[in-house]
Formats: sequence, C-alpha cells, structure tokens
Amino acid sequence: MRLTQGQFSFLPDLTDGEITKQVQYALDQGWAVAVEFTNDPHPRNSYWTMWGNPMFDLRDAKGVMMEIDACRAAHPDQYVKVLAFDSSHGFETVRMSYLINRPAEEPGFELLRAEGPGRRIGYTVRSYAAGRPPGERYGRETRHGT
Amino acid sequence: MNYVSTTLTPDQKAGNAVVSDPKARYRPGVLKYRQMGYWEPDYEPKDTDVLAVFRITPQDGVDPEEAAAAVAGESSTATWTVVWTDRLTDCERYRAKAFRVDPVPGTPGQYFAYIAYELDLFEEGSIANLTASIIGNVFGFKPLKGLRLEDMRIPVAYLKTFQGPATGIVVERERLNNFGRPLLGATMKPKLGLSGRNYGRVVYEALKGGLDFTKDDENINSQPFMHWRDRFLYCMEGVNRAIAETGEVKGTYLNVTAATMEDMYERAEFAKELGSVVIMIDLVIGYTAIQSMAKWARRNDMILHLHRAGHSTYTRQKSHGVSFRVIAKWMRMAGVDHIHAGTVVGKLEGDPNVIRGIYDTCRETHVPQNLQHGIFFDQPWAGLKRVMPVASGGIHAGQMHQLLTYLGEDVVLQFGGGTIGHPDGIQAGATANRVALEVMVKARNEGRDIWNEGPEILRDAARWCAPLRAALDTWKDVTFDYASTDSVDYVPTPTAAM
Repeated sequence: MRLTQGQFSFLPDLTDGEITKQVQYALDQGWAVAVEFTNDPHPRNSYWTMWGNPMFDLRDAKGVMMEIDACRAAHPDQYVKVLAFDSSHGFETVRMSYLINRPAEEPGFELLRAEGPGRRIGYTVRSYAAGRPPGERYGRETRHGT
Repeated sequence: MNYVSTTLTPDQKAGNAVVSDPKARYRPGVLKYRQMGYWEPDYEPKDTDVLAVFRITPQDGVDPEEAAAAVAGESSTATWTVVWTDRLTDCERYRAKAFRVDPVPGTPGQYFAYIAYELDLFEEGSIANLTASIIGNVFGFKPLKGLRLEDMRIPVAYLKTFQGPATGIVVERERLNNFGRPLLGATMKPKLGLSGRNYGRVVYEALKGGLDFTKDDENINSQPFMHWRDRFLYCMEGVNRAIAETGEVKGTYLNVTAATMEDMYERAEFAKELGSVVIMIDLVIGYTAIQSMAKWARRNDMILHLHRAGHSTYTRQKSHGVSFRVIAKWMRMAGVDHIHAGTVVGKLEGDPNVIRGIYDTCRETHVPQNLQHGIFFDQPWAGLKRVMPVASGGIHAGQMHQLLTYLGEDVVLQFGGGTIGHPDGIQAGATANRVALEVMVKARNEGRDIWNEGPEILRDAARWCAPLRAALDTWKDVTFDYASTDSVDYVPTPTAAM
C-alpha cells in the first residue's frame, strides 16, 4: 500500500526543488518549519519523533533543506514529514504537513473486527510493521537500527 | 395607517416627534411608532447592544422612518396600541431604537433600517429567544410589503453566553491529521433508494479513492429502503476499511436527523459507539434542537455537520426573509462545526461577494464591516471557534483552481456527482478530485497564478493521472452560469461608517 497522509501523497514524490518551494512558502507566511520521522505511521499517531524543535529562527529555505537532508540520511527507510507551525491567533496549529520520505516497502495496516451484540463491530487498525520492535520494522532500519 | 391623535402639538400630530409628556404619551389610543419612541436618530448604539439592519419595503404612503420605527417596535416591546402597563417598567430601556434609515442603492422604495436592541431583551445562550424577537411577528406586519434581515452585530457580551462550535476548524484538522489543503467530500448518490449494503459500498469506494469524508444527504433518515442502524453499520465498515487501506483518518457524516430529540440522541449515541468522528443534522430540525446537538457533540468529541436544508425558502429573495450570512452567524453561535455555505461556481445560488461575506462570517476571528460583501457591522467573534464552510452542489475537478481561489483552504469541497458519476468508477472519481486538489495547492504554494494557469496545471497532471484526464473530458463544458437572485446592493461611495 501507499500511505497517503499529508498534503501531496497523491502526487509523484516531491523533488528537492519542489520541497524547497513548499518550505519557502511556509517561511513566507511566517510559519516555523519542522521535520519529524516515524516507524509507526498509524493514522492516529500524533507524535512522530521530532528531528529537533521546529526551526523558529531559521528563515532560509536552504538551511531547512539541510536539516531535511540530514533527517532523511539518518532514517532512509522511515516515514519523514515536513510540518509548518503557525503561532498566530485563531490558528496556533499545524498549517502544512507533507511526506518527503517513505520506506521502500509499505506493508500497510490490518483491519481487526471485534464482533459484538446487535451486529456491532469494534474496529481496530493495526500497522503490520509496528507489530515488530523498533529497529526491525522497515527495510534498512533493520540493519542500521534507529 | 390611521391614527387617532389626541391633544398633541402640530409636529407630534404629524408624527414627526416623540411624545414625551407622559400624560399624552399614555392616553389610551393609537400613536405612531415614532411618537412612541421607536425612532431615535440621535441614538448612539452601545457596545452591548444587539444591532440589526433590515431591508424594508414600506407600503405606499408609509414613510421609511415610521416603517423603521414600526419594525423596531414590533420586534421588541410594542403592540398596536398604547398600553399603560409600559409605565410599570423601565420601558425606554427595553424599547428597540431605529436610529438610521438609508435608501437601498439602485432600488426605489426599499430602505436599510438600522435598529439597536438592549442586551437585556434576550436570554443568554438562546438562538430561539433571539430569533423570536428579531424575526418574530414583525415579518408579517401589514404596513410593510417586505422585510429582510440583512445583517446583525452580536455584541461580545452576548456571544460569550453561547458555546459556539463544538469542535471548530483547528481541532477538527488536528483530529483528522489533515492540514494545508481543503478537505474533500462527496454526498452519496442516488440520495434515496439504496439499501444499506449498497450504500456502504459507495462510501467505501469514495473514501478508498482519496476522499476524506462522505456524506448522507439531507433527506436520508430512516426510510423503508434503509433503516438508520443498517446505514450506520455498513457505512462504518466502509470507513474503517478505507482507513486501513490508506493510513488516513476518514469519516462519513451520519445524518441523525429524526422526528424527536430522543430519536436523534439515540442515533448519535450509536454513531459514537461505532467510532464515527462526525454526525450530521439538518437545519429543519430547528434552532433549539441544533443547540442541543451541539452540546451533545461537544461532550462526545464529535464533529457536527449541518446541512442547510430549507434555507432557500427564506434566504434567496432580497425583498423578504433572512440573508444567509445571518443564518451562518446564528449557526456559529448555536455551535455547529460544518455548514453548507455556497460554491460560487456550482449549481446552487451564490454571488461571489455574498459568498465571501458568508465564508468570512464562518471562519474569521474578527469580521470587519465590508459593505461590498454584505457585512454591515464589525463583528468580533470573542473566541468562539471557527466553522468549516462546506461547498457542495454541481462542482467538479475541472473547477479546482476557481474553487481554491474563491474559497481558500479551510473548506470542505464536496463532489457528489463529480465523484460517483466518473466514467471509470467511484474510486477513479475520488482520485481525480484528490489529484486535482493536491496539484492545485502545490502550484499555489509555488507561487503560480492558478486563476489563469489552472486549466494548464490540471492538463499537465492529467498526463500522468488517467482518472483526472477522464474527469476533465467528461465535465469540461459544465457550468451553471445564471444570474444570482441574492446579490449585494452597494455603491462604492463613501458612506457614514458605523
């Protein structure tokens, strides 16, 4: 399967030039860019591992791209996303979120059904990969660890 | 109107002045509304006043100030005759005051009447009470040919007595893990007649193909062809399968509209038990039921979608009724999270300026006066959460650049026919919409001029996306280019600011 979280997952993977333009857009809005990665891409996993804090004081897309590259190089077979945080009143939340790296193989999710009375079904979505311990979930992650 | 005048000065007899002498003022009989104190051109509205602007069309021979005073009177304390029991109250405080009348630009015989209402006229946190005054008996008042509530200013003091949206745009996005682009939805079609099993199939296909939401239509409740429990169970099977196959949070607006509150609570509880993130109600259930469901939604972490079924019976004609921007304002106070608010380009009524005013009313933390958009007053929102507008009705992927330009990012774009009617199937239809959306947001962020380059951007994406290519071919010439009946009457000349 292809994980389609984020703003641009239905498009071909973004090139570095395209990522730079999106980073520049966020900086132009006054938002702080952040990089996060995970080996647990459950749709309700809100807390991916932060590649450092959001880069509040970095106003140059090139500098942000260096952090993105460093994170991708350290975790080539994990999911990596770029976020933009807006601190302005009325928002104070994430304004952008898009994947910029994904494992070569994505086993996806199992749908578990717990059958109850009255035809009720309790659903649980479970990542096949996250059933294994961290470090053994995705491709090269196994060999290099996290 | 015929008035019995008593011992009055010539000016008072002409109906041009307030009768201030208590003996004359409260002598049994009939006075003009102006004489009773409902027209006060020098009145300075207080920060705590509720303000309303009505479009009035007086009957022949009724002057506009008297008509405005009559509206103020009939929507607050007055009755048709003088009553001595006024004198038991602080009646001047409770009297609404018409304080300004302007001719409607380009429309002889119509006037904008501004009226101020004392805060204590209204019960806290009650849309029913607010509206029983403002759009109560007054709308049938004979001396007016027509009456339309154009806009209102709700004071912060009153707003703070309302819960506001159960969830709001920010929390909805955080729950859905969905940022930086409009959400995508589709209303299930055919809207009536599908069995539960077949209906859930459409839900699954559309969500799997790339939509975030699917939606019951307004008149899907619990009919013989599909009872509500069956619908909920099959829909949630479709939702959860699509979640597992995409890794995204998805939902379907389960319509809990029913005959009684007890029925609606039962259906909402079942939706919650099944793990739905969103339920839906129709405007026709009424203001009090909407507020009850908003409180339920806040208590139960549920997004509350409102379909505006019925509104066009009173929002569409400019001469009589209530403008939709006022309904949107009341619904933000009442506490819904989603509201259908127009598409501009689709099959349903929607002048661009009117729609802009409605979207601002839903989404901004402070809406400044903007006569061009039909916004007559500054409206601070006092921390009430923001409502996600929903654009639905006759829109398709080929309009994506127009939709993004007109409606922005915090909106649900709903392509019902534009998903389900795709020649290669429902999943392909959903994918076409999702690709069109993502490619347009990406281009906008890159600084491209999507208004002009939009068709080219879509054509380029269609080279590698066959579903988008088929969608563009199928619907390329579909537009709904009719004049709007509800537009803004506004002349861009300096007017006295409110």
